[in-house]
Parts: sequence; structure tokens; C-alpha cells
Amino acid sequence: MRVRHTPALLIAVSLLLTACGSGKGAGTGTTTSTSGGPKPTLTVSAAASLKKAFTTYGTQFSAAATRFSFAGSDVLAAQIEQGVKPDVFASANTKLPTMLYSKGLVGKPVVFAANKLVLAVPAGSSKVKSLADVEKPGAVLVVGTSTVPVGDYTNTVLGRLTAAQRSAVLANVKDREPDVTDIVGKLTQGAADAGFLYVTDVKAAGGKLRAIELPSDLQPRVAYGVAVVKGAGHPTQAQQFVGGLLSGAGRSDLLADGFLPPP
Amino acid sequence: VARARSLWFALLLALASAVTLSFLFLPVLAIFVNTDVGRLVSSLGNAESTDALRLSLETTAIAVAVIAVVGTPAAYALATRSFRGKSLVVTVVELPLVLPPAVAGIALLAAFGPNGILGPALRHAHITLVFQTAGVVVAQIFVASPFYLRMAQTAFASVDRSLLDTSRTLGSSEARTFARVAVPVARPGLTAGLALAWGRALGEFGATLMFAGSLQGITQTVPLAIYDEFASNFSAALALSAILVIVSAAVLIAVRLVAGAAALGSATR
Repeated sequence: MRVRHTPALLIAVSLLLTACGSGKGAGTGTTTSTSGGPKPTLTVSAAASLKKAFTTYGTQFSAAATRFSFAGSDVLAAQIEQGVKPDVFASANTKLPTMLYSKGLVGKPVVFAANKLVLAVPAGSSKVKSLADVEKPGAVLVVGTSTVPVGDYTNTVLGRLTAAQRSAVLANVKDREPDVTDIVGKLTQGAADAGFLYVTDVKAAGGKLRAIELPSDLQPRVAYGVAVVKGAGHPTQAQQFVGGLLSGAGRSDLLADGFLPPP
Repeated sequence: VARARSLWFALLLALASAVTLSFLFLPVLAIFVNTDVGRLVSSLGNAESTDALRLSLETTAIAVAVIAVVGTPAAYALATRSFRGKSLVVTVVELPLVLPPAVAGIALLAAFGPNGILGPALRHAHITLVFQTAGVVVAQIFVASPFYLRMAQTAFASVDRSLLDTSRTLGSSEARTFARVAVPVARPGLTAGLALAWGRALGEFGATLMFAGSLQGITQTVPLAIYDEFASNFSAALALSAILVIVSAAVLIAVRLVAGAAALGSATR
């Protein structure tokens, strides 16, 4: 038995080696595009809060077909650190693209949009009417994990409250979600009374959520950074995609969805 | 020619097995290489990991206990009674086996969530499941109990009917026959079923995240902590994964041993 298994193992190993050789740059090839033809497919890893704006921009982008992976920026950055190579990485902060840039994994990041953090509440609920209400015992608050940008910004806001206010709010945090989509879901399901989200998430929820503005001294600076990933398949088209975000169809789609121009 | 043909086929079989084996084993192996044991152990020291491990053990213990207490008589009924629409009932019971986790999460929200069918009733009874440890247990029971019910049904169905009949002719009540004859005889199958259910409950991710949420110490079980730490602390995520792999392998081996012993037992009987 033992002797018979050895060639099988050898075959397995040689197969694995050939598989490794052709596996490089997976996900960047010219796969079938939605518009057909020989257009390349651009893979874009983007913050979940960009979903609506980027999906619209993707249909207008002419240099390549686009394929999006929307998730928490922190998860997308961790994937790039683990060797995943999308063509473009768009993050809900500048911290993550800068970190990847310093590791040599992406090109120099540029700020392409700004956003505002708000307190979001279900449209039909009147339990939370102001920031003071989330300090009251019994309010159910959902926030992002501390590594995802929305959670990081939330921590900044909480850091500007007094210690007593902060601990009162933190006592009401019942859930830490991996990205804004999950926070929106928990709020629209009526599972929570309030959550910290971007003003664009509230707008994209189409009337299901209501935004309560934060006092300007608490408002964090929310800037979105984008970078072309090094070693990915389509640097030219990736650069064009980024260009359109700064001045072009992408910019107008972002503004239409409530994003602000970069500061 | 015939010999050459059979050699060709033997080669094909070897190739297919090798591909299957390496494809399935390599990712599991990869969790353990590139990470030395010392770093794995030290990264388990952080509070997020220990809280997740504790929570996973507690919730799965409760889930498995509930599954055993409620599922055993239910499986016995399904195995020993015949009634109209039984196959439909069995299908419904087994459906969560093949449901995608996200569907399970949505389904639980639609049933027990604040806006769900039973939402008002639960609120009236002051029962909250979402964002509570109890919600984690509910999600685990939902996805794991079909594994036990299926195994237990098979185990009860293979209990020799004459044993049950003899017990009853000797004057034992139905309940006594169930507790003193059926359960002890079916025990290996029941144990294997519980082990499988436990393994599934331990690995539950999607339904938990969607239904119960994720908060350290309250609803963040090991799989949720792995996902969370993936972005911030890859080696801690690997360490937790390694633990789940070891535990799952232990469950599988235990099931094989118990099932093997059961097969041996029925062969000698």
C-alpha cells in the first residue's frame, strides 16, 4: 500500500507546482465582460459605502468592464496584504491605502471624496432623536468594528465626548458589524435604535433611514483614498478609473450620491 | 491491449485521488505552516480570542443540550411512527442541512427578529434574541439540529423492533421502553449525531452574524472572531482557525470511532 501511494503523491506535488505557476495574478485576466468584446475586466476592491456610486460609475466606465468587490476597507486591505491583487483599491479612509503604500503593495494613494459621519436611525422610529438619546440606558446602538473605517471614525467621535458620556454610549453598543452594509441591515430590520453611518449610507437606503447630524466639533474628517494596486493586470485602465473619480463620470456619480469633493 | 487499458484506468484513479486529496488537505495544512507554535499560543492570549473561545464553548454546550433533550424524542417519533405526510415532515426537518448560512440568517430574522413574525410576541414576553447570547444559541440550534435528527432517526430505525415489542409485552410503558431500551441501544448513533451537531454549531458563522450580531463576549463566537481578526491580527485569526481545525478533526475521529464500534457491535449481535 505504502509503495503504491508514493507515485500518487509525486503527481500531486507536480500538479500543485504547475498550478502555482499559472495561479499568479488570478482575477486580473481578461475574463468575460458584461459588455462583451475584447475589453479587459478591471477588478475594483471598494469600501462597502461606495457600492451605489461605484456600481453606477462602473456601467459608465468605457475603458474596461468592471467587477467590484465591496466589503469593509479593512478586510479588503488585509486581502491585498495576503497577496490578492485587484486592480484598484478604494478605501473609506486614507490610513489603509497609505499603510499598503508604505509596504510597497499599492501606488501612491490620492484622496477622491469626502463624507460625513451621522447618527442613523430607522425612519419610523422616534426613540433616538439626538446624540444625547444614545447615552440613555436602553438605547440599542450598532457600530462598526474598530478596524473598519466607519468604526474607527465612530471611535474618534466618542473620543471627543466626556468620559461619562462615552461610557454611557459604549454601554449601549450591542453589536459591532464588519461593514456599513451590515449596520444598515440591522437598522432597517428594526434590530437597533441607532447606528453611526455615513450620510451617503442613509441616502442610499432610500427613505428607510433618517440621519441625525453630529455637532461640527465632533465631526471627524472622513476622506476616501484610492490607489492602483501594484502588480495587477491592467495598470492603464486602473489609472483611467482613478482619473474618472477625480474629474469625470465617477466624480459626478459620487456627488449625486451625497459624497463631498475631496477637502 | 486490455492490460494497457486497465493500467490507464488505474493511473486515472490515482490521479483523481491525488488531486482530490491535495486539494482538500492543502488549505488545512496551510493553517499550520508559516506559523510557529509559540506565536500561535501567544496570539491566543488576547481578550478577543479567549472571550470568543469561552463564548463558543458555552453556547454550543447549551445548543447541544437542547438538541439532545428535544431532538431525541422527536427523532424517536419520526423513526417509529408512520403518518400521512411523513416524508414532507422529514424533508422540512432536514432542510436547514442544505440551506446557505445567509438564508438561515435572513429566515431567523424574519421569524424571530424585532420585525419578524414572532417579533411582537417575543417583545411582549420580554424575550430578546438579536444581539443577545440567546440569539447565538438559537442560530446554532437551527443549523445544527438537523444533523442530530437525521443520525438519531437512523439509529432508532435500526433498533431491532422485537426488542421494543418484548419490552412492551413484559409490561413496560412506552416511555419506559424508550428510555430503557431504545435510547441505550441507539446510543452510539445518538452520540455520533450529537458530535456532528456540535461540530456544526461550533462552526456556525453566517446566521449568527446576521441574526445575533457580533459583540465581543456576548455574540462574537470563534468563527466571527476569526473574521474580525483577519483584518487586524492575521496570526490571531490563524491561531483560532487552528484550534477549530483540531477540534473539528477530533469530532470527526470520535464519530468514526463511535460509529465503528456501533457497526462492530451490530455485527457481533
